[in-house]
Amino acid sequence: MTSLDTAHDEGPSARSGASGGTAAEIVFDSVTKRYAGQEQPAVDNLSLTIGAGEICMLVGPSGAGKTTALKLINRLIDFEEGDITIDGRGVRGENVTALRRGIGYVIQQTGLFPHMTIAANIATVPRLLRWDKQRIRARIDELLELVGLEPEYAKRYPAQLSGGQRQRVGLARALAADPPVMLMDEPFGALDPITRGRLQEEFLRLHARVSKTVVFVTHDIDEAIKMGDRVCVLRQGGRLAQYDPPDVLLARPVDEFVADFVGADRGLKRLSLRRVGDLHLLPAPSARAGEDGTAARARVAEVGYETLILVDDDGRPQGMIGRDSLNGPVNASDARSIGVFGRLDMPLRDALSVMLSQAGSHLVVVDDDGRLAGLVSADLISAELAGTDASARAFDADEVPT
Amino acid sequence: MITATVFQFFGDNTSLLLDQCVWTLKMFGAAFGIAVLIAVPLGVWLGHIHRGAFLAINISNVGRALPSLAVIAIGLTIFGLGFLNVMIALVILAVPVILTNAYVAVDGVDSDLTEAARGMGMTGLQTLWRVELPIALPLLFAGMRTAALYVVATTPLAALAGADGGLGDVIANQASYRFVGVVTASLLISLLAFAIDGLFALLQRSATPRSLRGRRGIEAKGSVLEAT
Amino acid sequence: MIGILAQGGSGPVIPDFGGGGAGNSCVRDNGFFCWNWFQQNWSDTFQPRLIEHIELTVVALAIGFVISFAAALFAYRYKWFDFPFTTFSAFLYTIPSLALFQVLVGITGLTLATALIPLVTYTLLILFRNTLIGLQEVPDEVREAARGMGLTRRQILWRVELPLALPAILAGLQIAAVTVVSLATVAAFVYDHGLGSPIFDAINRGTFKTELIGAGGLAILLGIASYAFFAVIQRVATPWARYRRA
Ligand SMILES: Nc1ncnc2c1ncn2[C@@H]1O[C@H](COP(=O)(O)OP(=O)(O)OP(=O)(O)O)[C@@H](O)[C@H]1O
Ligand SMILES: [Mg+2]
Repeated sequence: MTSLDTAHDEGPSARSGASGGTAAEIVFDSVTKRYAGQEQPAVDNLSLTIGAGEICMLVGPSGAGKTTALKLINRLIDFEEGDITIDGRGVRGENVTALRRGIGYVIQQTGLFPHMTIAANIATVPRLLRWDKQRIRARIDELLELVGLEPEYAKRYPAQLSGGQRQRVGLARALAADPPVMLMDEPFGALDPITRGRLQEEFLRLHARVSKTVVFVTHDIDEAIKMGDRVCVLRQGGRLAQYDPPDVLLARPVDEFVADFVGADRGLKRLSLRRVGDLHLLPAPSARAGEDGTAARARVAEVGYETLILVDDDGRPQGMIGRDSLNGPVNASDARSIGVFGRLDMPLRDALSVMLSQAGSHLVVVDDDGRLAGLVSADLISAELAGTDASARAFDADEVPT
Repeated sequence: MITATVFQFFGDNTSLLLDQCVWTLKMFGAAFGIAVLIAVPLGVWLGHIHRGAFLAINISNVGRALPSLAVIAIGLTIFGLGFLNVMIALVILAVPVILTNAYVAVDGVDSDLTEAARGMGMTGLQTLWRVELPIALPLLFAGMRTAALYVVATTPLAALAGADGGLGDVIANQASYRFVGVVTASLLISLLAFAIDGLFALLQRSATPRSLRGRRGIEAKGSVLEAT
Repeated sequence: MIGILAQGGSGPVIPDFGGGGAGNSCVRDNGFFCWNWFQQNWSDTFQPRLIEHIELTVVALAIGFVISFAAALFAYRYKWFDFPFTTFSAFLYTIPSLALFQVLVGITGLTLATALIPLVTYTLLILFRNTLIGLQEVPDEVREAARGMGLTRRQILWRVELPLALPAILAGLQIAAVTVVSLATVAAFVYDHGLGSPIFDAINRGTFKTELIGAGGLAILLGIASYAFFAVIQRVATPWARYRRA
């Protein structure tokens, strides 16, 4: 439990430090982009700071200017008003090809070169940078492994891969020269939900290993909440609606537009952001077989429960025994099955779901070794959410002019 | 200046030139008609049963690789000098283009449509007649249009193979008809080609359902260019 | 003007098929195909004519390709150029070959140029269109990915767009080659060169069958061979195209 706790507390922004990577900070400073012959700007006076090593999710309705904002960074689209800096250097001052070679770019349609093998596709930027052959070859192997593809795929052509595999190659190709910044435009948008979920997980794991500043466009608010350190919500006309960590976005949408956008189930969505291990679990009254039943019964009564958890010598739950059957030594044959255990890395949303399906008021939680860790109750979960809300409200109050 | 001499030449030789035009049109009509009679039913049938792709495609490829004059030359050894030989050579050159387009046109009809037709209880022939052919018609005409142009423009070669008649006679005999004669006859051939092309363009257009008009892709992709 | 027909008309009444020697009854009777005669005339008629034909084809194709390729690259960059060039080359394409050869005789005489110019002009339309369409059909996302990775405009053209247009370009070359092989036989009418020469020769001698079949057959074989040649090149040079998705 503790290990998970710290892992979470460390938080996303600490990820960059972890691998000592080369991530860079990206700053949008009052950037406005107006396409020729259009009244309304596609991106309107956008100011935004994306911390080094962070994943920034860009969301918003179709046509809100997400893709435009993204392409301003690697100057696939030029702009005149405002400035974008990467580690303090304005993108407009850079040589455009050099700039792009230092930025990984992944798009939904992959844009893999059909006439090149997977290996050659991945080697594109390293070749432009004139790496020597051996280094390129080693890098290809490393990247294929990193994105979870067997080495034999190196010799294939893109048309010989599935959609998900092609998307992995697109990712590997963008990572090839180890750029500090990655731009991703709905990279998983065309995949089925299962593949998408798997690639999301893998991307997060990969991001933890290779530190990058990531700007990630998506239509899918769930994806944004799951992947983002911060979520940037754009509204029609390319104006910034809200830029906050997912939890804050869900707890305190700034207005109706954002609230609508994140959805009416945002409370439940917040539950998927936290894990059972984040909670201060309730202590569970437990006893081994053969212990004194009366003493055990007293312990149960003390916390106001009806049941006792029977554990083995290592502390692993074996079953539960009703308070009333605790007369004389604790007897294993009195125990009923517990059903499904909660785990420390289980999202609260799943924990709640298990609880509902078992029609119980509590969930027995075990740690990684299967030992009893404590109990979760529905009250505990709602108190956790309320706690954040409470602090959030206080924060609100500070901002209200008096 | 050259226009004036062309008109003068035309005026001086009107009846000869008209005769040659008629001869050329006869040659075209005979060769093209026979080619259509052979290639359209065969291509449509193969396309309908979705068989013989290999045959249809490769016939066209080999056919396209046949030098027209060489075909005429070899024909000479069998049919001798004259109308018949040239006509047969033109049939041989035209059939592949029409056949392949007919095949591709019918074979390529969306299988959803033919299945729906069968699902409604149409027989194979009914499906062919009421569904496949109407849909295939524009592409089929596109192939015929290409072949027609090819045939008209190849007719002058008849003169080289000793068939005495046609505008090719004038074109080939610069000694007798001089430069202006060559130019005039060439213009007439081009006019004929233009007229026939226009005719087929109209046919193709009227065969295309109104809703699909204006899409140029079909003819560009479907037909095969042939220079003569 | 060489006036083949006139010459044929005033030629000897009794066919004189030359060569063959006194004892060759096949030639004397104008047999269907006299293998002997063909063999005897291989090295001083058929082989050199075949080589000339190939040379003429290659040269015409090469010149045509250089012009069309440059024009297509230009039209790819500057769209306005597409329409005039297409219209111009389509116009040239519709002129019957015999007419074009004959008209040119009045300008460039009975020279190689007279044979070559029409051959080149007939390749322009197909090579230009195929190259341009091949380039234009490169998927936008591929082009954008290349830009996004920092390829320069020139690198995108040579490393991405042209390789992707290669199947279309080769298909164009294939049709152009076959066309030139065919028309080069007609070219012999105005310039004594290539496999058309023995064909006209045979007609002048009163349809000498062996020569007609020999030269015509070689021309047909050459046509098919050039078709096959580009089919093989296509397969070897664009292995990736085999896996293209539906
Ligand atoms: N090249 C362009 N020229 C003119 N207008 C454009 C261009 N690209 C985008 N736009 C306009 O700019 C606005 C923002 O487009 P953008 O592609 O950035 O939206 P998006 O948020 O990525 O939308 P989606 O979610 O549908 O991908 C839209 O109104 C769009 O019509
Ligand atoms: Mg977009």
